[in-house]
Order: sequence, then C-alpha cells, then structure tokens
Amino acid sequence: MFDFAIVTSWIDQFLRSFLSAGWTLFVEFVLIGLVILALYAVLALLLIYVERKVCAFFQCRIGPNRVGPWGVLQSVADMVKILLKELINIKRVDPFLFKAAMFLVIIASICTFGALPFARGLQTIDFNIGVFYLLAVSSLGVVGILLAGWSSNNKYTMIGAMRSGAQLISYELSAGLSLMAIVVLSGSMQLSEIVNQQAEMWFIFKGHIPAFIAFVIYLIAGHAETNRGPFDLPEAESELTAGYHTEYSGIQFGFFYLAEYLNMFIVAAIATTMFLGGWMPLHIPGWEGFNQVMDFIPSVIWFFGKAFLCVFLALWVRWSFPRLRIDQLLNLEWKVLMPISLINILLMALLVL
Amino acid sequence: MNIVKQKLAAFSFATIEEKGKTITVTVPKENLYETAKMLRDMEGTPFDFLIDIIGMDYGDEGLGVIYNLCCTHFPAYLIALKTSTPDRENPMLYSVHDLWRSAGLYEREVHDFFGIKFINNPDMRRLFLRSDWKGYPLRKDYDADPAINPVPLENELIENMETVPSITLKMGQPVESTRKLFGEEEYIVNFGPQHPAMHGVLHLRASLDGEIVKKIDPNFGYIHRGIEKMSEAYTYPQILHLADRLDYLSGTINRHAICLCCEKALELEVPMRAHYIRTIFDELTRIASHLLGWGCTAMDMGSITAFVYGMRDREKIMDIFEETAGGRLMVNYNVIGGVAQDIHPNFQNRVKEFIKYMRKMLKEHHILFTGNPIMRDRMDGVGYLSKEAAISVGATGPSGRASGWSCDARKIEPYAAYRQVEFKEMLRQDGLTFDRYVIRLDEIEESLKIIEQLIDNIPDGPYAAKTKAIIRLPEGEFFQRVENARGEFDVYINSKGDKSPYRIKFRSPCMTLVNALQETAIESKVADLIMIGASLDYVIPCIDR
Repeated sequence: MFDFAIVTSWIDQFLRSFLSAGWTLFVEFVLIGLVILALYAVLALLLIYVERKVCAFFQCRIGPNRVGPWGVLQSVADMVKILLKELINIKRVDPFLFKAAMFLVIIASICTFGALPFARGLQTIDFNIGVFYLLAVSSLGVVGILLAGWSSNNKYTMIGAMRSGAQLISYELSAGLSLMAIVVLSGSMQLSEIVNQQAEMWFIFKGHIPAFIAFVIYLIAGHAETNRGPFDLPEAESELTAGYHTEYSGIQFGFFYLAEYLNMFIVAAIATTMFLGGWMPLHIPGWEGFNQVMDFIPSVIWFFGKAFLCVFLALWVRWSFPRLRIDQLLNLEWKVLMPISLINILLMALLVL
Repeated sequence: MNIVKQKLAAFSFATIEEKGKTITVTVPKENLYETAKMLRDMEGTPFDFLIDIIGMDYGDEGLGVIYNLCCTHFPAYLIALKTSTPDRENPMLYSVHDLWRSAGLYEREVHDFFGIKFINNPDMRRLFLRSDWKGYPLRKDYDADPAINPVPLENELIENMETVPSITLKMGQPVESTRKLFGEEEYIVNFGPQHPAMHGVLHLRASLDGEIVKKIDPNFGYIHRGIEKMSEAYTYPQILHLADRLDYLSGTINRHAICLCCEKALELEVPMRAHYIRTIFDELTRIASHLLGWGCTAMDMGSITAFVYGMRDREKIMDIFEETAGGRLMVNYNVIGGVAQDIHPNFQNRVKEFIKYMRKMLKEHHILFTGNPIMRDRMDGVGYLSKEAAISVGATGPSGRASGWSCDARKIEPYAAYRQVEFKEMLRQDGLTFDRYVIRLDEIEESLKIIEQLIDNIPDGPYAAKTKAIIRLPEGEFFQRVENARGEFDVYINSKGDKSPYRIKFRSPCMTLVNALQETAIESKVADLIMIGASLDYVIPCIDR
C-alpha cells in the first residue's frame, strides 16, 4: 500500500537542500495550510452536490442536472453566485461580534479538519492527545453560533442560538464518552496509533458489542452536533426562519453553510478513524488472499469511501425524519444517550480487562 | 323544533317565520342578548354552534346583523336570529362573544365592514382593513373614491395595531376605552406575514416566555381582496370565478356551493349526471387538499421528503382535472345548472387508476410518517381541543371531527350525489394534534370509497340544465351549506331580484380554525404552536376573502 510519507518526506528534503530549517518549516506550514483550505473548499462543494443529488433521489426527483454533465458543476456555480452576492449591512447589530462569529465557526471546523489522518502518512500533525484535540477544537464552533445569534440582535436568532447552545453542549458529552470507549479499547489517544491498531481488525468488530453501541451513539450525537435534521432546531425553518444565521447574507452566510457541510464530513471522518479503521483496508484474520486484494486499494480511497458511507447515513436520516422538539431533544441526550454511553464505557473497560 | 317555537313564542317582542328547516327570528336590538342567551342555554336543544354572523345594510331601515345558529344535536335545523338598528351614525349592538367564542372575530368583521360597534366585546379593532381606513366598505353608501383611501405608502404602526379599543356600559351609558395588547416586558415574536410555517400571509404575534407561548394575536387582511364587495357588482356566473380564489385548495367545492345556492333559488332541476360528476370532482379536490395538508404538516416538522410525496400524489389529481376541465388549481368547472362541459373519455379510467394508486401510496404515507416515533412524540398529547371548545369556536371540518364533533355537512344535509353513496363520517375522540392529522388520511380513504361507488355509475343524459343567458335570482334570502376540505363552507345570498346579489356572504371555515389555534396553543411550546397550526390546516385567502 502506498505510503504518502514518501512524498511528504521527499518535499521536506527537497526544501531542506536549499533552505534553512526554520524557513523549511515556514514554507511547509504555508503549503499545508493552502492544501487543507483547498481540500476543505473542494470537499464542501462535493458534499453539497452529493447532498442535493441524494436528497433528490429520496424525493423522487432528478436533482441538479443542467450545469455540467449530471449537474456536477452546479455547486461551483452556486459558489460563484454566493461570492458575488451583496453583503447587507444590518443596523443595530454588534458589528465586531457579528463578523467574528462566522470566522469562529469556520476556524473551529478547519482546525478539526486539519488534524484528520486522511491516508497512510498523510496527517498534518500527530498529537499524542489527538482525540482530545478533535473534541476540544470541534466544540469551539458553538461559541461562534452563540455569538452569531446574540450579535444579530434579532429574536429568531436569539432563540436559535440558545437552542443551539443547549443542544451542542449536551451532545458533546455523549459524543466524547463514546469516543472514550474506543480510547479505553486502544489504550492510546494518538490517532496514528489508533489507526495502526486496527490493521488486523477494525475496532467496531474488535470491540464487540460495546464498540458497536459506541459507534451508533457517536453517529447520533455527532449528527446532532452538526445541527442537521432531525436535530436542526437551532435553524428550525418552520419556527425560526433560519435560526442563528437569519441575518447573514452572501458569503457570510456561506461560511456557516460551508462549516455545516464540513462538520458533517468531520463527524463521518472521526467515526471512520475511531471505529472503521481510518484508512486501513478491510482485513479479516485468516483470509490472507482477501486481505492482500484489499491492500491493493489505496488508503485514500478507503478513508474517503468509509467517510462518505457515514455521510450517506447522515443524509438518509436527514431526509427521512421529522424534527424533534427541544424537550425531546434534551430528553434523548440526558435520559437515553448519556446513561447508555456511561454504562458502555464500563462494559468496554470490563472487556479490556 | 316545536319546543323551540314555543319557547320563542314566550318572547312577545320576537317575530317568528318558518321556512323549511330554518326559523327566522327577528328581535329588537335591546332584546338580542337575552334571546341569544335563551337559545344558547335552551335545555335539550341548546343552540351551541354559531355558524356565522352576517352584517347587513338594509338601506333606509338601517344596519342589521343576522346570527345563524345551529343546535349540534339537530344540526339540520337552523335559526336565523335577526336584529337591526336604525342608527347609521353610531350603530351599537350587544356582543354575544361570551356565549359563543367564535363571535369575537365575527363581530370584528362586521365592525370592520359595517361600522357596527359591539358593546362588551373586549376587542373592537378592525379585522381586515387598517386601523386608519376611512369608511365601512360593505355599506351601500360607501364611497370607494381612491382620494379618500389612497394606497398607503407607509407601514401600519405597530402601536396602532396593538391598541385595542372596546366599549363597555357604565351606568347604562356606553364608554369607549383602549388598552394595550402586550406589556412592555413581553418577548414578542412575529410569525408572518412572510414566514415559512404560515401557509399564506397570516400574521401571528406571539408573546413568548422562553419556548412557551403565552399570548397569540392573529392579524388578518394581508391578502384581503374584498370578494364580497366585488360580488355585489358582478353577475352570478362571474361570482363563480371568485369562489375558486377563496380557499384555493378546495375551490371546486366552494364553487359548487354557490352553484347549489343559485340553483336552490332558481328552483332549477340539475341533471343527475351533473350531480355525479360534481360529487366526484368535490371528493378529488378533498383528496388533493388533504394530501397537501398532510405534506405541509410534515414539512412544518422538517420532513421535506414527505411534502414532496404529498405533492407528487396530488399532481395525479391535477392531471385528471386538467384533462377534463382544462384547469388545474382553478378548475372552473361547475356552472349554474351543471358543469361546464362533459367529462373527458379517459376520465373514468384515470380516476380508477388513481384510486388504485392512491390506496397503495396511502399505506406508504402511513409507514413513512404516521408510524414514525419522532412524529408520534411531537403530535401525541399536544394541542388538545375539547369537543365543547371546538363547537364554541366553530372549528368545523376535520379539526372538529377529530374532537368528536359530528359536523359533516355532507351528512347533515346531503347535497348533489351524497344521498346515493354510502360513506362513514370519520370521527375521533381525543382532539389532539395527532387526531387532526390522522383524520385527514382517513378521510382520503373514505373519499376514495365515495368516488369508487360513483365512477362506474355516472348516469347518461345532459351534463347541464339549460339556464337563461342572464341569470336573475328571485327576491329573497338563500343559504347553502357545503362541506369543503377544511370545514363548513356556507353561502348566504340576499337577492333583490337583480342579476347581481344585494349581499353575498361566505362562511370561512378557516377563520374559526384560527380561533381554535388561539384556544389550543396557549401554554404550549413554539414548536407545538407550529404543529397545531399545521394540523388545523387553514388557508389564508379563505379567511381574508
């Protein structure tokens, strides 16, 4: 299987051959930043297209089919449109917080995105507390949402932001606890270590029932954290028009939109890394021939394939279920998911012992 | 009814007339409240359902009001309680809003159009028109000069909208007073006029405490077109076209009602074929409307897929309409005396195909949405409307039947071909949001049964009776009750023997549903308010007329 570390270390040596160590690091930072931003934008466009197509098929429609073959350029056209749109200045908003909010949301999302292991040897930074980092940074986004709702000085956004705060903070708990179950299983918080341990068998199989429960809980809680239906209360269209981003226009709204789609991908990617073996191919112990065939498939395809499978699950849920009410939402977290994930960790600990 | 007549005979001031199943009682305005209270509280036959309040301008005799009352135990019998006041400058009548809760809005409507003030009604704002409108449009001496009421370029001030005038009696003298609707500290959120969950341009101002709704103030008139006023200048065949624009989702049924009312007045024999075709069209319209209602309920809950499914199935009905009548939403098919043209040769086959298709899809709809645990949680135990409350606010149609009130005008007074078919009136007892939702799907099934019985038995013969080129209704008052997709739709025509009516009044089933919204949504959550609104399924052009 191709190791991307070969490419990256070649670039590193190439740069070192005529630059000092400090400059090499600087150039590499800039390069990585650019690559991640570009990947972020491209993935967002891709996800928007996928969502529109998948949603169309669920609804017996065709979906975008005019711009480019099968409408693939539709989201590019939409991006151009949203970039050209007027930014409407609204009176009586808090101008600094109003503008800062969207950056907070998107920065939190990009920071999480950057730390994901995309393929063998293709990881920007490998902390020894990688799981903590992902949880911590991804939950920064809620600050942005709260600020957006507050600074817009609008009643809908205010209610949306308050709902969002209650929702995200609650679901952060069971998302974190379900990931902890895997940390217990692997004994490490380093993402590369976690992925490597799944070479033989993915954690979802290795961890028996507790791992599967943790996987399901993580998908639910992660889905709730992305503010998408049936958990889209903060922007519940029929009640709050557009929730916390009602007052944003043009690319300012685009930032929230982008972050929403990428968060969906990030949740899927974390689920992939922690439960479905990350970029590791599907290996079944004992089936040597099968395992070798699987190894021929590049690790990037494994990673994105699995992540998109999780994204598809999210879309399926999104377009099938009606929205929850705020009390039902909180009941689900505090009375169902929380206790189950606590017991689940205990089970996992017993299993490991 | 004899008991009622005996009781009324005790009132020496009342003049009683009987015509068919309708008793007309005329009382002086001082005795109005007394008579109304007696009728409302009558033992055995309480007239607990106020169908409508009709304002009248009798010209030199002054202004009058007609209260159409109905006893829910004997729903076929009506009492038209009439009163009038010669005072055109400052007409005042006693309010009956404490006897029937639906009266509150009806009286505001009469006040808006005729300038009659109702003593003791706590809310005497105008209902449809702006508070700065000059004159009362449905009075015969109204001056429609645009110089008097120019098109306003400024928004109506919120303060004016929230200042509520009312008239009370103090020491026998009427005293005008005003109050503010909302306090300073209240957190008021606008729902509408442009809002994704308002099916049309209804404007609700809700006072919230966190997520809990404390007070609702509906605000009408954003799409008011003055259809009743226009009708007074139109000929009867022209009025039919306006009927489609009332409740546009049950346009065919509304049009049918006006046709029936005119035919009743002309004593016109409508061929059986026309009756059958009309009935099939009515039921198809009902199915289409309920499908849209089902979809919108789902969409208000965030389930857009279900909405698209509802629209997809409704499309089949639109195609059937298009083939026969040419119109899709505005079918323009019923005419006085029958239908506009004969059915398309494909019509019967396509309807039969549709019945088969719809039965299959109905199962899918139940699986997709009725059985969904989230949906059950959102709808069960929410938005309780008791039977008494439903009758008092006048919430007819599926919403009333979900509370256990048997109020189907097709059963009460079968018109067209409803006498020839067997069908059940769907009733549920709980009166929750879920019941109002599920009863619509049940009614779709029942409508399919009705169509099935009729579609193969359409009799031969002419599809319309011959009418004169210019239709003049004989002098008199005519009233026709019809069940449209949202409730009881009534047409009242007062004719002076002319080719256009002296006064025409449509009972809007949706206006009373907004009453029911106020009744049920207080102390519920915002999300429930939206759901209750969706389950009541009101259409705003029907209210605004």
